[in-house]
Amino acid sequence: MDTTNQSPAGPRGVLVDASWGTAPCPVVVADSTGRVVELNTAARFVFPDAVPGARLGEVAPGWFAEAHRRTAAPGAVLPVVPARTTCGTVGDRTFEAHPSVAADGDVVWWFVDHTDRRLAEEALAGERRRAAVLAGAFSALLSSLNVERCMEVTARMAAEHLAEAAVVVAPGRGRAHSLTYCGPDGEVVHRMVQADVELMPGLGEALRGFPPVPSRWIDPAAVPDWAVPPDLTGPVGSVVVTPLPGHGVPAGALVLLRSGATTAFTDDEEVFARLFAARAGAAISAARMYAEQAAVTTTLMRELLPPQLHSVNGVDFAGAYRASGQSERVGGDFYDVHPAADEGQESLVVLGDVCGKGLEAAVLTGKIRNTLQALLPLADDHQRLLGLLNGSLINSHHTRFATLALASVSRRGSAVRLRVTSAGHQPPLIVRADGLVEKAATRGSLVGVFEDITSTTAVVELAPGETCLFFTDGITEARGGPLGDEMFGLARLEATFAECAGMPAEAIVEHIQMLATQWLGGGSHDDMAVVAVSAPHHAHLSAVDGHTRGRYTA
Amino acid sequence: MTTVSDHPAARMGLDDARHRLWAAVRTGDESAAYGVARDALESGWQVEEVLLDLIAAVQVKVGTEWAADRMTVAQEHTATAIHERVVAAVAHHRAVPAAPHRGRVTVACVDGDWHALPARLLAEVLRQRGWQPDFLGAHVPTPHLVAHLHRTGPRAVALSASISTHLPTAHAAITACRATGVPVVAGGAAFGPGGRYARALGADLWAPDARSAAEALEGGIAGHRPAVAGPPADDLRHLADQEYTYVAGNGRRLVRETLARLADRFPPMRDYSDRQRERTAEDIAHIVDHLGTALYVGDGELFTGFIGWTADILEARNVPAVCLHPALDLLADQLKDFPRALHMLAEARAALASRTSAPTTPGPGKRA
Repeated sequence: MDTTNQSPAGPRGVLVDASWGTAPCPVVVADSTGRVVELNTAARFVFPDAVPGARLGEVAPGWFAEAHRRTAAPGAVLPVVPARTTCGTVGDRTFEAHPSVAADGDVVWWFVDHTDRRLAEEALAGERRRAAVLAGAFSALLSSLNVERCMEVTARMAAEHLAEAAVVVAPGRGRAHSLTYCGPDGEVVHRMVQADVELMPGLGEALRGFPPVPSRWIDPAAVPDWAVPPDLTGPVGSVVVTPLPGHGVPAGALVLLRSGATTAFTDDEEVFARLFAARAGAAISAARMYAEQAAVTTTLMRELLPPQLHSVNGVDFAGAYRASGQSERVGGDFYDVHPAADEGQESLVVLGDVCGKGLEAAVLTGKIRNTLQALLPLADDHQRLLGLLNGSLINSHHTRFATLALASVSRRGSAVRLRVTSAGHQPPLIVRADGLVEKAATRGSLVGVFEDITSTTAVVELAPGETCLFFTDGITEARGGPLGDEMFGLARLEATFAECAGMPAEAIVEHIQMLATQWLGGGSHDDMAVVAVSAPHHAHLSAVDGHTRGRYTA
Repeated sequence: MTTVSDHPAARMGLDDARHRLWAAVRTGDESAAYGVARDALESGWQVEEVLLDLIAAVQVKVGTEWAADRMTVAQEHTATAIHERVVAAVAHHRAVPAAPHRGRVTVACVDGDWHALPARLLAEVLRQRGWQPDFLGAHVPTPHLVAHLHRTGPRAVALSASISTHLPTAHAAITACRATGVPVVAGGAAFGPGGRYARALGADLWAPDARSAAEALEGGIAGHRPAVAGPPADDLRHLADQEYTYVAGNGRRLVRETLARLADRFPPMRDYSDRQRERTAEDIAHIVDHLGTALYVGDGELFTGFIGWTADILEARNVPAVCLHPALDLLADQLKDFPRALHMLAEARAALASRTSAPTTPGPGKRA
């Protein structure tokens, strides 16, 4: 605002007239030497010591006296530049002072009280800052389902925006607590601490989920060393301890610290800390719940996941598995190798396909795999084994059925001998050293449907470099290809397999799984499982330098 | 890296070691291959040197020998499988110098990428250097990768992609990893010369090899928190023209149509066997896939480079590279309304026309 051009001031010495003497805003007239000439009623309330003749420097705040000195330069008859509006505090209020310079060098100062506007603006800026902090905290916290990461984000954001340093205390077992510290430098440190949380004022209550103890009740001197981030310099000046509310049980507690030099926490800051803690607590709880669920799933899933295959008694086994769903790890296909105890005995390899997909089918594969494990002592007689398995499936509440192929495998000199039986499953393929592909002459009924089942067993001899391949229909029925709508098919599998003569078992399963997956070209598919049983080409490493086989196949 | 100088045996020469390993993997002799690695270690090589200067170097040769048709697919797979086993054996040859003290890192190949060896080598190098790597293997579906990140909270993800057609998938994986607050180091031939696509797809860093990746992690990228939910990268603003969407969504139809019209343009095709016809369809599918990827990253050089590499591969197998011309023309006919695609097809055609002989340039990776 520029009011310099029309001076409302009357000539010098003229008494305050009604035009501004009774104005609601304070008005002070001062001369070029810095003495008060006149002031109105409103101004007398603001500057109670000011009387005509008094020096401004003695009766008014410094910022005003200084502004007047600049505006009313001695000797200046007319200001060369428009006088500027100034701001400053008088007591607990803030004013804008608008000068208008009269021809004789007197300056009339018009004061506008803008305390409320300033407070409103400050409150708005504060709210914006807090909203930004909360929004930032939200997106950082929501992005992770990892407990440690969430605690890290909480500690870092709290140290950055709410205090000088922050400590996130996770609920512990007994005296052991996991603490996440962040100091003024923004470095986050995790530490396990053996401590009695009751020694830290307010912490025990916060961890039990009680309302927070007000900051002013906490004696900073009572804060134990383990609750202070290592890089907080100087003694603790003020502390806020607030619970991190969780799903029913507290997710932990947040300790905010300021060193002695800085200001104490205001009530507003404490309320805001609680708001922040509510969001952080929700995120940490969600992450903890996810971690617990993931741990349960991992434990339950472990038995359903396809096993890592390796060489057993001089026979190479390799397997590959891909579940139908993008996010699934298990499905209705399965395989196992049950190694023989001794070199001369037969190992049992099984590959099968339960009708259906997903977790439900996987549960049935688990049942079949367990049953077969229990029936291992009878594995010499495939027909008896399948009969017992069939009986157990028919008597169970599962209404699904399964097809499987099994083989008893043993090493005979440099060759490998397999007794192969199919129970309603595609017979395995054999690739000879010269690239000729054969089909094992075995067939039989699927299991889990008929009371009486039959099957025939074929004997297959593998010379070094030859491989017997077990696979599920997820491979042969993979739909796609360059034209998009063709089945991968048995013929294509046989042609591919023919090129695999002499390849190591794991290279074969990888190659076939790769080609089938690429054939799909990203399209949907059934579960896919492949197992290769090979007579190794070269002498085994174990025979070369005496190391155990397991060290080489990891 | 320092080398052990006070070792009694003379240090095995680099060329000698590579020559012996190459001879072993070419003939599929696993025990001989391990013998070379063991001898190198016993003559004073560091584990990291055996992994990178020996095994990785010979694996590159496997790739170029296959491309030049001097090695069959079966031989190539056998060599790779032997390398995998030797890596596992070498990694456990000696106790790792230090207990893991640098934190956890996830190492994975993007979904659809089957080239596990480079990522595996990186994982072993990181283990040697004191990290705790989780190697998830080849073709890791992005949901599995993200679940792993939530479960383990690693300091960084090292993501490998070998073939450029996996770039859109790599982009999704990078975005998903960064959205969980974990920085991504991208590596592998797919990210182009100098890693030019890595940045555009949002990776925090690109590393040309395992050593640089390890150094990048040590340099502090691990633990750096990417900003979550940022605006989409400006580099991919061109995707708004929907050309990629169309080509990717109608890829198989484009292949069918091109194959059907090709027999008219390219008379020798009429005598093709089913097997040859299928190979041709696969080649066209690769062309369409690479065109789509070039549209995705907005770089015609990706497509031109692929066509040049395909021409090399065909000529190495005595197939004249001119047979690519009609396919490019037919694709241009079908993509009349797509200026970016037309421009890329025209550039590739010009590059093909200017080929004199068959120079063997290293390609973007092996094909199935």
